[in-house]
Amino acid sequence: MSLKWNDHNGCFHPDSAFDFLPGEQLRALQLQRLRATVERTYSNVEFMRKRMDAHGVRPEQLRTLDDIRRLPFTDKIDLRDTYPYGLFACPMSEVVRLHASSGTTGKPIVVGYTQGDMETWKNVILRSLAATGMHRGDILQNAYGYGLFTGGLGLHYGAEALGATVIPISGGNSDRQIMIMRDFGVTAISCTPSYFIHLIEHGASMGVDLKTLPLRIGIFGAEPWTEEMRCFIQREANIRAFDIYGLSEIIGPGVGIECTCQNGLHIFEDHFLFEILDPKTGAPVPDGEEGELVLTTLSKQAMPILRYRTHDITRVIPEQCDCGRSIRRIARISRRSDDMLIIRGVNVFPSQIEAALLKVEQTLPHYQIIVRREREMDEMEIRIEVTAEVFSDRVSEIERISRRLSHAVESTTGIRAKISLVEPQTIQRSEGKARRVLDLRKLDDPKNPL
Amino acid sequence: MKIQQLSLFLENAPGHLASPCAVLADAGFNILTLTLADTQGFGILRLILREWEQAQRLLEKSGFVVKVTDVVAVQVEDRPGGLRKLLQIVEQAGVNIEYMYAFTVRCGGKAIMVFRLDHTDQGIAALLGSGARVLSATELYALAG
Repeated sequence: MSLKWNDHNGCFHPDSAFDFLPGEQLRALQLQRLRATVERTYSNVEFMRKRMDAHGVRPEQLRTLDDIRRLPFTDKIDLRDTYPYGLFACPMSEVVRLHASSGTTGKPIVVGYTQGDMETWKNVILRSLAATGMHRGDILQNAYGYGLFTGGLGLHYGAEALGATVIPISGGNSDRQIMIMRDFGVTAISCTPSYFIHLIEHGASMGVDLKTLPLRIGIFGAEPWTEEMRCFIQREANIRAFDIYGLSEIIGPGVGIECTCQNGLHIFEDHFLFEILDPKTGAPVPDGEEGELVLTTLSKQAMPILRYRTHDITRVIPEQCDCGRSIRRIARISRRSDDMLIIRGVNVFPSQIEAALLKVEQTLPHYQIIVRREREMDEMEIRIEVTAEVFSDRVSEIERISRRLSHAVESTTGIRAKISLVEPQTIQRSEGKARRVLDLRKLDDPKNPL
Repeated sequence: MKIQQLSLFLENAPGHLASPCAVLADAGFNILTLTLADTQGFGILRLILREWEQAQRLLEKSGFVVKVTDVVAVQVEDRPGGLRKLLQIVEQAGVNIEYMYAFTVRCGGKAIMVFRLDHTDQGIAALLGSGARVLSATELYALAG
């Protein structure tokens, strides 16, 4: 791998300078921007003004960064309730771009950007890509979906600003993805990690071994993934795989990214203020302990967001990173507070199931977790698509695989699950992300997106 | 001397057996013989047909997981003790039978058994050495008309 890898050691894009801002200056900048954001929100967004008034807090009470705790939280439901433009802090004449979530239930979430916001977004993407060692001359196959989803267009402008050559291929059509990757001399790709795993397999079926291509960097995000998936991707494609983090409500991709140390994600703290809080009490957790990531935008003009509950569980890595960046890191987000399943009183996360399946099968199969309540007893079933690698003409062989899967799941989660092997292509897929969890226990809950 | 058998993974649920059969029927392929191994959760459909290579490609394109396995087709005297004689030959050679099933066509009043062995070549050698009649693919397909 080291032969192909070139991280331009010590060579940084000038825009990355903010990554290295001394702590004191960074905090001063954050406070100045936080005050401006809160003032702007209070004067321009009626919904937020009423909420702050009800909370008994006024913008001038923000004297230190810690005073952010006086502010009320914002949650996804607030974006739905104010659909479409209720949280905008500027006239529509200043909004140059709208994006929206795909909206699996009811109304989507709408986000707006001024020209200044577009510059901010471009800036954080440029710095994200630069942190992975990408530079002018790289050819980026941007396989995130273009359109209302923030992934495709978000990456696009930042990569161009960096000086990379962007192929706006968007998602889907795996035959063409592989052909272009090979023929265009692609050196970097951006997509969801599960789609890239699919591309590795698809390439193999077309006789294209990704290991032999000039591809060297993968920018993966938009869904939680695991260290096991990273190892698999790095080994099978001979690239370095980086985790990028973001969410439309805050800006889209580019809130944070791993640097070449691949040990936690740097948050672009000059634009986003983060807190890590106990998801139940809302109180800050000690540095290094796990909690919910809560984000406040510091530069957004069209749609400033105060203390957004991401429901993503992570922890801060307080130590200075070996790369020298002063902006702090958070640990890889492997689970969400609302992803957690409580089965017979035990907390189970889809990421644990994933790790168990990877242990038995060398590649991550398509799977789905189904939870039912039968006679007051929670039952977990894991449906797993059979692949050519594990299929055998002998019943005993398939039963052996099934037992190994069951054992791996039980030893990882502590819960015995029913393993159901199903035919290929039978688990529903949406936008490259399979619907991983089907919790049928809440069928009568109208908020459950089924 | 080996016959190629296709195996398909099927879910044990209504309608799942019909769909691969429909794929083969639409392509005009005749199934010479088949057997279904079923468990509570899944089934394995094992097929022998003349156009197995095309059928494999077609089934895979239709989304099935298909595996090709070498099996052995042997003529059996259709009378008491006919099968026992064959089994003794295989056992004495130290070859294990993973599974077996009968062929639907007959060969001159004799039955044909299909064996899936753990050591196929060793099994064929033992059968031939003991005077059993092992059918080649060409012979088998010819029998089926």
